[in-house]
Amino acid sequence: MSEKITNLSDASFDEHVKSSDVPVLVDFWAEWCGPCKMIAPVLEEIADEQAGKLEVVKLNIDDNLDVTRRFDVMSIPTLILFKDGEPAMRIVGAKGKGQLLQELSAHL
Amino acid sequence: MTEARQIIIIGSGPAGLTAAIYASRAQLAPLVIEGEPSSNSDQPGGQLMLTTDVENYPGFVDGVMGPELMVAFREQAARFGTDYVTAKVSRVDLSARPFGLWVGDPDASDPTYTAEALIVATGAKSLMLQLPNEERLLGYGVSTCATCDGFFFRGHEIAVVGGGDSALEEAIFLTRFADKVTLIHRRGELRASKVMRKRAHANPKIEFLWHTSVIDVLGDKKVQSIKIRNNETGEESVLPVTGLFVAIGHQPNTAIFKGQLDMEDSGYLQTLGTTTYTNVEGVFACGDVQDHRYRQAVTAAGSGCMAAIDAERWLEDQAASRH
Repeated sequence: MSEKITNLSDASFDEHVKSSDVPVLVDFWAEWCGPCKMIAPVLEEIADEQAGKLEVVKLNIDDNLDVTRRFDVMSIPTLILFKDGEPAMRIVGAKGKGQLLQELSAHL
Repeated sequence: MTEARQIIIIGSGPAGLTAAIYASRAQLAPLVIEGEPSSNSDQPGGQLMLTTDVENYPGFVDGVMGPELMVAFREQAARFGTDYVTAKVSRVDLSARPFGLWVGDPDASDPTYTAEALIVATGAKSLMLQLPNEERLLGYGVSTCATCDGFFFRGHEIAVVGGGDSALEEAIFLTRFADKVTLIHRRGELRASKVMRKRAHANPKIEFLWHTSVIDVLGDKKVQSIKIRNNETGEESVLPVTGLFVAIGHQPNTAIFKGQLDMEDSGYLQTLGTTTYTNVEGVFACGDVQDHRYRQAVTAAGSGCMAAIDAERWLEDQAASRH
C-alpha cells in the first residue's frame, strides 16, 4: 500500500480532515466489498501522482460506523472529497482511473 | 504508438480468462484488455466479482467466493504469459486485418493495439429499471450490488426486483441484514432454478409480491419508498422501503461492435453453429456476450476455451496458407 494513504478512524477523522492543507479524498470501504478492492490500486496511484495537491485516506466502514452514518454512506465504495473540512463532492461506485481523475479535476 | 499483438482478448470474466489460459499455454502471448472498475457487473473479473458464495462451479466441494475464483483465473493465465491492461476498449475496426483497437480517445488516428485474431468476451452488465428517480438515488438506497451495500440495511425493510436466480440470491443474502425483504416480480411465477425458489420460499424474512412492477422510487435524499403497480388490476400503491435492489437481468456489452459484428436484436453476438466464429473471420466470441440461454460461469469458461482453440487453429491455418 502507498505510504501516502492513511487509515482514519471515527476518533481521528475530524481532526485529520479539518487540519489538512490540501483537499482530502476519503475512501469508504470494507474488506468484503469487491469493487472496493478493485479501486484500491487506482487510489494508490492517484495518491502518489497527486501528492501535494490531494491527500487520499481510507475509512473502514465496519470499524467506523459513526463517520459512515454521519455522511449518509449507503453504498461502497463511496469517495467523498473534503475541502476545508467540508464535503465538496461525492463519487458513488467503482470507476476507472481516468473517470475518477476527470471528476476530481474540477475540485483540485 | 500502436502495439501489434497476435491475439487480443477483450474482457476478463470466466470466458475471457479461460481463453487467456488456453491461448497463453499455446504460446500465443495473449493480451487481455480487462476493463475498468465499476459497480455494475461490467468490471475486471466480470459478474462474479459482485457475488459471494459460488456453489455450482465444479471442483469446489464447499463452494468458493466469486472474487477469489476470478483472482485465481487471472493468476493462472498470468503464469503462462498473459499480459493485462486495465482499460476499456473505446472503438474497434474490424474491416481489415490486423484489426484495430482503441483504448481511451476513440478519435485518435492510430489504434492503440492491432491484433491478428480477436476474442470478444465482454460479457453483460446489469440492467436498470429506467425509473425517473433511479439514477439520482443510486447509492442512496438504490443498488445493483447486494454484496456491496447489504450491510447498510441492517434492521431495515427493503425490496428486490426480479425473478431469476440472481434476484433470489440477492434476496436471500440480504436477509442477513434486513428485517424484511420483499421480492417484487412482474409475473406470477419465478424464472429462477428450483433450488433457489425453495430456499427463498423457506426464508421467513422474504415476502413475495407477484404481478407487480416498480414504477418509481421516492425520496428526497435517500430512498423512502417505492411506487408499485399491480399488473393485473392496474392499481398503484406505495411500499415503504429504504432500499431497492435491482436484479432484473443483464444486457450484453456490445455497443462498440454495432455495425461490425452480427448480433441479435437484443444485442447478443451471433456465433456460427456450435463454434465461436463470428461473421468476421478472425473474430471469435465467447461467454455471456453471445449466450442468453445458459449464462453460467462454467459455460462461459467452456466457451472461452472453445474460442481460444478456434483462434489458435485459425491462426495456424493463416500461417500455413501464407507458405
